[in-house]
Amino acid sequence: MDQIPNSVEMMVNMGPQHPSTHGVFRMVLKIDGERIVDVEPHIGYLHRGSEKLTESETYSQVVTLFDRLDYVSNLNNELVFCMAVEKLMSVDVPERAQYLRIILCELNRIASHLLFYGTYGLDAGAITPIMYSFRERERIQNLFESVTGARMMHNFIRIGGLKEDVPSDFNYRVQELLGKLSVAINECDTLLSQNEIFLSRTKGVGVIDSREALEIGMTGPPLRASGVIEDVRATDPYQLYDRFDFGIPIGSNGDAWDRYYVPLEEMRQSIIIIEQALQQIEEGPVVAQIRRITRPPKGAVFAHAENPRGDLGVYLVSDGTGKPYRVKVRPPSFCNLQALKPLLRDAYLADAVIILGSLDIIMGEVDR
Amino acid sequence: MSITEFTLLSLWVSGLLIALSVVVLSLIYLERKVLGRLQMRLGPMRVGPYGTLQTIADAIKLMTKEDIQPEWADKRVYWVAPVLVFIPAFMVWVAIPFSSRLVVQDLDLGLFYVMAFLVLSIVGLVMAGWGSANKYAVIGGLRAAGQLVSYEIPVIMVVAGIAIFTQSLNLNYIVDQQSPVPFILVLPLGLFLFFVAGLAELGRTPFDIYEAESEVVGGPFVEYSGAHWAVFFLAEYVSTFAIAALTALLFLGGWGWSASLQNWVGHPIGSEAIAFFEMFIKSYLVVLVIFWVRGTFPRFRIDQLMALGWKVMVPLSFVFVLLVAFATFYGWPWWVLSITNVLVLVGMGWGYHNKMHRLPGPASVVLHSAREVRDAR
Repeated sequence: MDQIPNSVEMMVNMGPQHPSTHGVFRMVLKIDGERIVDVEPHIGYLHRGSEKLTESETYSQVVTLFDRLDYVSNLNNELVFCMAVEKLMSVDVPERAQYLRIILCELNRIASHLLFYGTYGLDAGAITPIMYSFRERERIQNLFESVTGARMMHNFIRIGGLKEDVPSDFNYRVQELLGKLSVAINECDTLLSQNEIFLSRTKGVGVIDSREALEIGMTGPPLRASGVIEDVRATDPYQLYDRFDFGIPIGSNGDAWDRYYVPLEEMRQSIIIIEQALQQIEEGPVVAQIRRITRPPKGAVFAHAENPRGDLGVYLVSDGTGKPYRVKVRPPSFCNLQALKPLLRDAYLADAVIILGSLDIIMGEVDR
Repeated sequence: MSITEFTLLSLWVSGLLIALSVVVLSLIYLERKVLGRLQMRLGPMRVGPYGTLQTIADAIKLMTKEDIQPEWADKRVYWVAPVLVFIPAFMVWVAIPFSSRLVVQDLDLGLFYVMAFLVLSIVGLVMAGWGSANKYAVIGGLRAAGQLVSYEIPVIMVVAGIAIFTQSLNLNYIVDQQSPVPFILVLPLGLFLFFVAGLAELGRTPFDIYEAESEVVGGPFVEYSGAHWAVFFLAEYVSTFAIAALTALLFLGGWGWSASLQNWVGHPIGSEAIAFFEMFIKSYLVVLVIFWVRGTFPRFRIDQLMALGWKVMVPLSFVFVLLVAFATFYGWPWWVLSITNVLVLVGMGWGYHNKMHRLPGPASVVLHSAREVRDAR
């Protein structure tokens, strides 16, 4: 952009208390009129030292810390840590437990994407979509509450399986829920996706091409929106994901609209996965026969899984005691957030909100 | 001015103030209820039966709240701004009739007066933005200035078109002119331009750019609290109702549709009451449309707003004035105007639709089969 002679740049602090920075994220924007000249993101307002804390907790306690990373998709986080420990200990998790994990995680993915959908509408200035998406999210939360006893921070996926079996009417309730969800997702789609103002706000805004996205290290829906076929569930299947047939939505423009629509389509695919899982699931134990006190052998292991926001990786080092020696988390939000600076340069001030929203960050995970 | 005239006028003005306050309370309640219904909620339900006392409770809360003044604020500008926003919004109502006699001053230049005062509130908004010593407020104030000045042009051009068509600026006379055919049928293009530009003038969705909650967090009002914020709020709703009443007066035939009923009643007070009732319902219907729009649309970006203003609204308003002028000069029948109006409107809609579909297609997200991806690796 050509610098207007004699114009003065203004520094604007956006956050950490701002309604649309999605938590305690702070951007120091340098603006020239309505144009953003430069942006300096500041993170760390929600830093709790989760990684260090794991070193003073037993393995089963660490699961609760993972709940609090990406606090809108708790079960997915629990799963990754449990997978890492199970890999280190070479535990065979019962099939029923794996199916239930997949069902619960995909439901959590839908809940998380519904939250994204609603808040993205708010970012664009549409106040109604969030009410529709939260109605559905509430149904999922209610199901979680009846299964795990908590609406968030479930601590339900344990090392070797699950805490306990699901209630007897689980299958029926999930089927019923899926019927409602698939109607509601279409409803949400028609409510916002093709709105002409929304199109003009998001189409061609915040474009990032596949090469740059890969270089930054983006994963998950924002990467797939740029046209890269990368989904851990398909490219490096974990649990029983290789038994399912589902679609991976891939965008082509890499703009904010694609980043908005990929999660919306993923919700539909999650429903397909859950339906297949409900058909395949059989009775059986939900936890492997392992010692009560987890004490994995010495060694290091890496496990990763497709979280709603992208590829969550856990690098776990064990020194053979009851507590982890080191846990390193590779949070998808943190890596996706790195795209903010190149994307915001020369954007409009109003686009800052649209672009940040489309990256779908959760500060609990960025700061840890 | 004699003492009786002065007393009468003060009675009128205080009556107007009270009536407008009641209207604003009802509008806020209505907005929250309507938005609630649009969003599958109940809206306020706790305070009073069906939450009817909620706005009163809110008003009491605002009045008793501490008035915070930022330390760096330009104090005089900061305190004067709400008043400068409220006074024009209130003054507009001096010339807006609710029936042929229910008006504070039936001015011959009524429409001119109303338009002149509607513009003035910009000054207050810019002052509020500047005086707050807050960067969001400054951005919001500057946005308000740009937006309101741009959209003033279509509003004024539409009003000029109506003045040409009716040969008058007297609102009473304009309503009388609509007795067989209301202008919504004669000048639909005018109604569209007036309503959309009016929304932008009010700063309501989808044009709520200067107070954009998700970007500049309330814009010029970000630092205000308590009674001063309440004054801004009051002014906003008074202006909303003014635009709604003007739409009803200029395009929906004002109180003219119930003329036969008014004549049948005969009694002056009775017929005035019927006329008032008709105007009241029409204004509230327009307000409901405004709320409906708020519950439906996202927000424009400032450059898109300006593009819409200067590339669509302003040229169209000139076309509108020309059409009306030709029709009046050559004495064309009214249906020629309505047909040409509809044609221009449809053409604009078609052009906009085409423009939107030149963007990269909405079907840019395609599904890849996970099984194939898995087998490929």
